[in-house]
Amino acid sequence: MDTILGINPVALFGQLLVGLINGSFYALLSLGLAIIFGLLRIINFAQGALYMIGAFLAWLGLEYWGLSYGWALLIVPLVVGLFGILIERFLIRPIAHEDHLYSLLLTFGVALVLQGVFSHVFGSSGKPYSIPEFLQGVANLGFMYLPIYRGWIIVVSLLVCFGTWWAIEKTKLGAYLRAGTENARLLQAFGINVPLMVTLTFGFGVALAGLAGVLAAPIYSVSPDMGANLLIVVFAIVVIGGMGSIGGAIITGISMGVIEGLTKYFYPEASNTIIFMVMVVVLLIKPAGLFGKEV
Amino acid sequence: MEFIKSNKFNIILIALALVIPFGVYPVFLMKVLCFGLFAAAFNLMLGFVGMLSFGHAAFLATGGYVTGYLMSNADLTPELGILCGTLASAVLGYLFGSLSVKREGIYFAMVTLALSQLLFFFFLQAPFTEGENGLQGIPRGKLFGFIDLNNNLSMYYFVLAVFLLGFWLIYRSVHSPFGQVLKAIRENEPRAISLGYSVRQYKLMAFVLSAALSGLAGSTKALVFQLESLTDAHWQMSGEVVLMTLVGGMGTIFGPLVGAAVVVGIENFFSGGELGTYIHIIMGLIFIICVLAFRNGIVGEFNKFVKNNF
Repeated sequence: MDTILGINPVALFGQLLVGLINGSFYALLSLGLAIIFGLLRIINFAQGALYMIGAFLAWLGLEYWGLSYGWALLIVPLVVGLFGILIERFLIRPIAHEDHLYSLLLTFGVALVLQGVFSHVFGSSGKPYSIPEFLQGVANLGFMYLPIYRGWIIVVSLLVCFGTWWAIEKTKLGAYLRAGTENARLLQAFGINVPLMVTLTFGFGVALAGLAGVLAAPIYSVSPDMGANLLIVVFAIVVIGGMGSIGGAIITGISMGVIEGLTKYFYPEASNTIIFMVMVVVLLIKPAGLFGKEV
Repeated sequence: MEFIKSNKFNIILIALALVIPFGVYPVFLMKVLCFGLFAAAFNLMLGFVGMLSFGHAAFLATGGYVTGYLMSNADLTPELGILCGTLASAVLGYLFGSLSVKREGIYFAMVTLALSQLLFFFFLQAPFTEGENGLQGIPRGKLFGFIDLNNNLSMYYFVLAVFLLGFWLIYRSVHSPFGQVLKAIRENEPRAISLGYSVRQYKLMAFVLSAALSGLAGSTKALVFQLESLTDAHWQMSGEVVLMTLVGGMGTIFGPLVGAAVVVGIENFFSGGELGTYIHIIMGLIFIICVLAFRNGIVGEFNKFVKNNF
């Protein structure tokens, strides 16, 4: 293959594409974390486990219940969201008035249980999930070949991210949500049912993880520990971006994926750690994070 | 309550620790002591400054790897090997601490978790850790050049001495003016700042001390098991030390030791055999139950009971 200035464009674009895809998952997960953090002031350690459950439900659906990919994409996030609502209602709310560190530890415990249950039942080996027929094949973009499913992931997650951003920043419901983030008690005084809003917000943030899980099932192998390591990277991304803005979470997620992809091409040894190193640099230069509002 | 605070109580505890290896398997006891020290070091931050570190595995593993590597390759005596491991963890603690004390609360937890994951990948790729295999057959050596530690009983007394030293250091720090400032930061950080304390410096000092003592625990553990592997650097280890402290009672002196005994006991019970896959479920359930209904932990509840009834 031709190289330009010692760079192999096919391999480079290939890694960029992988980076964009990883970035899409980072964006979906950190968006969910940011929305939950806005109202509940906690970081959901179970987000990775719920992403894993999303992928497993898609796999189970296809394998045992005849649930096709298209339906899984609609139903699984709803189921995962409902599950999240139960977690919020019965586990997190009873201790919401305590120090937030307790809720964080609680979600960590939930993550351990979920991961433990799935590895106990399904074993730790990965489960294959084939790409649905209508998304198979490759598109020729001229400068590279794009597997259609990979393009699909990027398009769907961008649409969902943008839709969420629009709903929060531009609609009335979003205005309530932002008001709750600023001052939940005052909002309640205006007659808004804040506890209900908190529960639904948690459910929605978690549903985003479920959706990411379904999207991931055909390209990553479905396994009980698929969420844990991903989540730690997402935490680093959240620290880099800061949780002050919804748009910031999306942009940071995607750009970190791209940076990771570029690192895979130029210096593969560091591809596991590059995002953590970026976090160190950001902490040195701008400790509040790129989009952070706190001091 | 008076009795528990008295010297008599401490003497009885130490006497008990001296005779117990004749009744209980010493390796199990050493494991409890190492994790007890690790959890006590962690508790120095969570219990007394209110900082939840989710990356303390990094310091445990650094101590273990440095000691293990030096003992295998540099022919050091064990006390020097452990000293080097502890110092390495202290240096790492300074680096990680300088970065992470800039952020508070939940962000602090995420930063420490991410930094320790960075170190995990470093240990995974660096040649001297021997990757997935880990350092095996680390020699215990001869203490001060003449006490052979290959005997489990001598090793036990050595571990006990290390533990008591570390524990004493934590006790002294908590009950010093330095410890008072730490507690003031925990209770009301803005007020501590307004009183003129440079809060970040104090937090950093607590972080370095905690990291060094975690390294001491890791170094000692590497000699006990003659093994150092990536398990120690994994995020689950960071979670485990949180669990030990929570179960035993955070902010108490003896809580972490009790919590370590409980968690290590449960692990030993479940490890091996068919029950092995249940261990994470059990750990997670204990986490949830502790947070929902048992936030003071065993020692915290015990103290409360004694206070109310005697």
